[in-house]
Order: sequence, then C-alpha cells, then structure tokens
Amino acid sequence: MSRRGWLALGVTALAALAAVPLVVRRDDVLNFLFLVLLSVALAQSWNVVAGYAGQINLGHAAFFGLGALVTRTLWIAEWPVLAGAALGALAATAFALLVGAVAFRLRGAYFAIGTLALGEILRITVGNVLPEVSTLPTATIGAYRLADRYYFALALAAAAVGVVAALERSRAGLGMQAVREDEEAAEASGVGTLRLKLLALVLSTALAGLAGGLFAYYHISYYPAHPFGPHWTFDALLITFIGGVGTVHGPVLGAVFYVFLKEYLAIRWVDFHLLIFGALFITIVLLLPGGLVEAAARLRTLARRAC
Amino acid sequence: MILVQQLVLGLLVGGLYGLAAAGLSLVFGVLKVLNVAHGELIMLGGYGAFWLWVLLGFDPLLALPLVVAGALAFGVLLYWGLFAFVVRAHEETRIKNSLLIGFGLALATHALAVRLWTADERSITTTYAGAVLSLGPIAIPLVRLASLVLAFALIGALHLLLQRWRWGRAIRATAEDWEAAALTGIDVRRAYLLAFAIGTGLAGAAGTLVSVGYSISPSIGLEWTLKALIVVVLAGLGSMLGTFVGGLVLGLAEAASAFAFGGPYREVVGLVIFLAVLVARPRGLFAR
Repeated sequence: MSRRGWLALGVTALAALAAVPLVVRRDDVLNFLFLVLLSVALAQSWNVVAGYAGQINLGHAAFFGLGALVTRTLWIAEWPVLAGAALGALAATAFALLVGAVAFRLRGAYFAIGTLALGEILRITVGNVLPEVSTLPTATIGAYRLADRYYFALALAAAAVGVVAALERSRAGLGMQAVREDEEAAEASGVGTLRLKLLALVLSTALAGLAGGLFAYYHISYYPAHPFGPHWTFDALLITFIGGVGTVHGPVLGAVFYVFLKEYLAIRWVDFHLLIFGALFITIVLLLPGGLVEAAARLRTLARRAC
Repeated sequence: MILVQQLVLGLLVGGLYGLAAAGLSLVFGVLKVLNVAHGELIMLGGYGAFWLWVLLGFDPLLALPLVVAGALAFGVLLYWGLFAFVVRAHEETRIKNSLLIGFGLALATHALAVRLWTADERSITTTYAGAVLSLGPIAIPLVRLASLVLAFALIGALHLLLQRWRWGRAIRATAEDWEAAALTGIDVRRAYLLAFAIGTGLAGAAGTLVSVGYSISPSIGLEWTLKALIVVVLAGLGSMLGTFVGGLVLGLAEAASAFAFGGPYREVVGLVIFLAVLVARPRGLFAR
C-alpha cells in the first residue's frame, strides 16, 4: 500500500473509533477497545527502542509504572489529569535519561538483563514504600465516565502510531535502524549511536509514561507496585513480536490479536493465554522473525503467484 | 547474635544460589546463549521432587537423583527442540534470540505450572524438616545445612567432570574457542548438547533442594533467574568453584543488608550490586 493509502486507512480507523462511544452504549465493548488501545500504545512505545534502535529493554514496566505513580499522585492531589500525565511522562523520561547514560555502556544481552534488574528494583522498592492499595476518592468515582478514558486512550494510541510512522522515514529513524543492524558499522560511518539510542529511549519512555498515566486514570483501585510488574514489559514484548517488530502496523495487529485472544481465553482459563502466546512467540522468533506482518506478506506473494 | 544467625542462614541459602548459577554459567559459557528460563527449570525441578514426594512418597534425598536424571533428559529435548536452532546463528544474534526464546519458554512454563499445580506455595515437609543443630545461641536448620553440603558436592563433581572426563575437556575447549575446538576434531554440537543437558540437570538438583529447605510456587522462576544472573556476573565465567563462592558471597551480602535495611530490601541489594558490577566490569569481578 502507498503512503497515502496508509494515511487514509489510519484516518478512517481513527474516525470510526472516535464515533464508537456515540453509537455503542455497552461498557464491555468500550472496555475491550480501551484495552486494545492501551496495548497499542504500550507495545508501540517498546517498539521504538527495541524494534527500531535494537535495544531489548526488559525493564520497560519501570517507565510505565513511574508514569502511573506520578499521574495518580498528582491527580488525587486535585491536579488536572492531563497535567499529571504530562508530568508523569516527564518523570519517566528524566529517569530514562539518567539510566540511559549509564546503561548504554552495556551492549546487547547485558543491556537486556541490566534493565530487567532495574525494573525489579523499582517494583520491589515501590511495593515496600507504598504497600497500601490506591483508591480514588468517592467524589471522583461518582463522576467516573468511561468515555473520557476511552478518548484519552484513542488519542494516545494514535499519537504512538504517529510517532513510529514519522520515525520510520526520518533521518533519526534510519540512523536507529543502522544501530540496530550493526552498531559498530553505524558508528564507523558517522552515525552518532549514543545520541540516537538516547533519543529512542526518550521517545519510548515518554509514550510509556503516558500509557502509565492512562492506566492510573482508568483504574479505580490498584496497588501502586502493580504497574511496575514485569508482566507489562512482557505484554509489550509479546504484542510487538507477534505483530511484527520494527514495523508501524505490526504492534497494532498484535494488540488486537493479543487482547482478543486473552479476553476470550480468560473466560475459561485464567492466564492460559500465556501458554499459547509463549509458544507462539517462540515459534515466531525461530521461524518467522517478522511476525504476523511477514506472514501476511508471504501469503500475499503466494496468492499473487497462484493467480 | 542476630547478625551472626542471619549470616549463617545467608551462607546456607548462598550454596543454593551457587548451584543455581552453575547451570546457567555452564550454558552461557559454552553455548554463548543466555537462558532466562533457567529459574523456571529450577521451578520445574522443585515440582518434580514435590510430585515424587506427594504421589509416591519418595524422600527428597531419594528423589534428587531421579529429578536430576529427568532434568538431564528434559535438557536434551529442550536443546533438540529449541536451542539447537539458536546456536546456528552468529554470536550477537545467538544471544539475543536465546534471550527471547528463554523468555517465551519462561512465560509458557509459568502458565503451565499454574495449570498443573495452582499458584499456591508448596514445600516438602519431611519428618526431619524441623531438626535444628544448635551451636550455643546459633541455630542451624539441618535440612538447609544438608542442601549446602549437597550443593557443594554437586559443584565439586561437576568440576572434576569438566577436568577429567574426555567430554568434560571437550566442553571446556568449546567454551574457550569453538572454532579451534572444531578444528581439533571435537564434535562441537555434541559438546553443546552435553553442556546444555548438564546445565538443566543442575537446575533440577537446585529445584529439589529449594523445595525441601525453602518453598516453591510457579512464580519463583524470575527470582531465581535473577539470583543466578547476579552470581554469574559476580563470579564471571569459566570456574565452577568460583561460581559457588559467588553464590555464598551473594547469600552473605543479602543477609547483611536484610540486617541493615530490613527484610523487604534483601532482594534489592543483590540487584543493585548486580547493576554496579555490570556497569563497572561488564565481564565479571573474577574475570581474567
């Protein structure tokens, strides 16, 4: 499809999704779409740093959690929720810069396990400092409107897809892909690798922080350590890889597929989806590194040949 | 006195950290793949011993060789099914893919364990589980002391195996330089298979000991993977006895920090040490 075709598709999808709350009155449908949109935003944020810059961040939940923590705290202190979310994203990004300056001394697998440890440090510490469940004040619960959360999620998911689409063709995005393919070769040909990796981390964590803010806005009560849990990183990773890592539309496809199967399976077996997705994920890494996107492309080639 | 008691308990659990890390270190050093599902293999080993005890009434000491044998076989299957495909790639891709595959394996194993054994915490409570050796005011739980001794014995046996056995030497040669090893006529693929199976066997042994002196649940995998990783980074690759000492050091450091900052932070201190070592010496403290 041409660039204009993609743009038209995106605008149509956005308009259709924006109209949903006006037409559909069922909360379960809105909740389902909300989860898809949150997953798109989270997966896309991980895709920036891992899919484009090639840095497998296994501590992504730390930034999602920080965004949630700051947003929730400010919102309960009666700040407007959007200002809270903006500051939450800022906090996540500031922390990312601090971490990135050190962590990017580590290459490949060492970066991955280093960030994994970092995420766990934050989760345990937050769980120790804030062991009490965080619940919204009664007045706020009374004024709760699902449609507000839905539009926030829609805007964030659209922004995340927009950022990745803009990045893909940009000079910085091409530089990141060069770093992903071969960091030493990129450095040798004059690409500022550290600067680009930091830029990718900043974009990625700003989106993750906003997604965390959205989480804090959506849930009435949760444990403050919950959004720091490693399963948020794992969700982002699974969705991105199953859809197609390093592509714009892969994580979107992956999110729809993932949330649908997860909700469908959860009716019967809790957590059973992880068995299926774990196995699917291994198959994709071994046999189909491009995910669903690549599978679709291969099918199309086959169909064209058959005609 | 509380500090001394804490340090003793730290030393005892440290032996298990060493044993947990030995398998990971062997696989990482030889195959150059990082199996982040190592903690899940430990968890499976623990449930293997648990099942033998609940269903067949086997004492954990008797279960240990059976679990290790089962884990060795499982390791062979895992290698043929998954990791044999990974080791075909270049070193950089190899480590990244192994990380991803281990991760998928960890998720699937965790979900499977919840289905099979529910999310409850389990442990094997034998008749002698409460036995304590008293040294003045210091109490040493006998079961944990026994697992430290067994862990040391297993590491020692592995050390001898790698030094004396023909294939042990082949494994070490492959770890050092697989191309040179292949040129001297060593079947590198066979060395990979053996190292991976032994690594899985060690995870099974560690799991059995964890289920006796401590407790297991489907979610302990990540925690044990992290412990093993911390020890591997502390001790560097190449020496199994060094890995064991690294495990003891981590156990002591955790105990000292729990004493200084309170129990809830004992996990954090290990991870902070890990990050510090990783950043300062990306190749490990004792690396040559």
